[in-house]
Amino acid sequence: MNNDQILYLLQGAWGTVELSVLTFVFSAALGLAIALMRVSASQTLRGCAFGYINLIQGTPLLVIMGVCFYGPSILGFTETSPMFAAVLALTVHAAAFLGEIWRGCIESVPKNQWEAAECLGLNRIQRMFKVILPQALRIATPPTVGFMVQIVKNTSFASLVIGFAELSYNAKILNNSTFKPFLYFGVAAALYFVICYPLSWVSLKLERKLTVARDQG
Amino acid sequence: MTYQFDFSAVLQYWPLLLQGAETTLIMSFWSTVAGFAMGVVCAIARSSGTPVIRRVVGGYVEIIRNTPLIIQSYFLIFGLASVGLKMSIMAGAILALVINITAYTCEIVRAGIESVPRSQREAGECLGLSPLQVYWHVILSPALERVYPALTSQFVLLMLVTSLLSAVGTEDLFGISGNIQAMTFRNFEVFIVLWVMYLIMSALVRAMFALASRILFVRKRKLGTLL
Repeated sequence: MNNDQILYLLQGAWGTVELSVLTFVFSAALGLAIALMRVSASQTLRGCAFGYINLIQGTPLLVIMGVCFYGPSILGFTETSPMFAAVLALTVHAAAFLGEIWRGCIESVPKNQWEAAECLGLNRIQRMFKVILPQALRIATPPTVGFMVQIVKNTSFASLVIGFAELSYNAKILNNSTFKPFLYFGVAAALYFVICYPLSWVSLKLERKLTVARDQG
Repeated sequence: MTYQFDFSAVLQYWPLLLQGAETTLIMSFWSTVAGFAMGVVCAIARSSGTPVIRRVVGGYVEIIRNTPLIIQSYFLIFGLASVGLKMSIMAGAILALVINITAYTCEIVRAGIESVPRSQREAGECLGLSPLQVYWHVILSPALERVYPALTSQFVLLMLVTSLLSAVGTEDLFGISGNIQAMTFRNFEVFIVLWVMYLIMSALVRAMFALASRILFVRKRKLGTLL
């Protein structure tokens, strides 16, 4: 493997990181909205969020990629860049999962916290943002960091329908011209591992810390 | 919006679509069965094997869970082909899926095994059950029952992710839809049809798992509750 090839794989890895960060930022915003809708008092909002989650979780990410890649041009956006389509599809997909994770976290905040906040005369929005969410955040951190690993791995789907040049795409290109699959896919796997493993590790540590805190509390 | 939707162009290929769906379900079935069996074995090894075995299984699980399936399948399928080991695309695809799903199943089942309280095991011993009986009746069966919902979700995800293996040439629903796109140029409609078909298939797989739980878990059948 020469320097150019190493550089090419590293460029791919950078593409993976870019996609992952953008996806996480946007899906966190959308996911929070979904989670709040899921616990809202309005039945319509709850139903919409529930429908959205089932629609997204029941279909492969590749199909969502296809819809996000070919859909915008039908709606009249003439230039859909691969980057835009990939981030859109990954965001729509990740938000459904994050929404469900965070709903669980919000619901695991003890009910008497809600009641106490109500007794203090806080309105519904204040209760959610000043009392419940700060406590849910602590519970939500380990699974959220764990889900980031999922997002990083899912970016590899963007190499297929859309053809975005991220790590697995670049590894495939190198293999196609040199036929050394163990080498290129081995190095690509190692690069993914270097990105993902620290996140898995942090997630596990945070979870243990939380369990200890809960047992002592 | 001036685009004219034309689903009939896509739907006239329905025999092809059904054939693809069948392939997807067959791939999922065999990977689920094999992945479940191996996952349980790995979970037992990881929770009660010797330290060396635990480390080996732990390493395998971490490597698989921290790299994408697509890279694993390229590595395995193109790699084995490059050293002269030829196998059918279907066999290679199922092998890649099994190696992947085993790691996830292992972690889920291990969590179940570890959730069984020590006192249960001791109670089983006090009743005079043999070590094997204790392991089967007191630890493994309740553990599996407890993690069954998580396993269901994981195997539904597995069914959906078989679509990824079309990248190495399987003729599953997603792979075969590529041909239909090439023949009709109705890419968007094809993806909408796929979306609906996969939704139906997820519902089907979930229903199968629900049915299996009614048959497998006697306690649930009799009392209507899980553990």
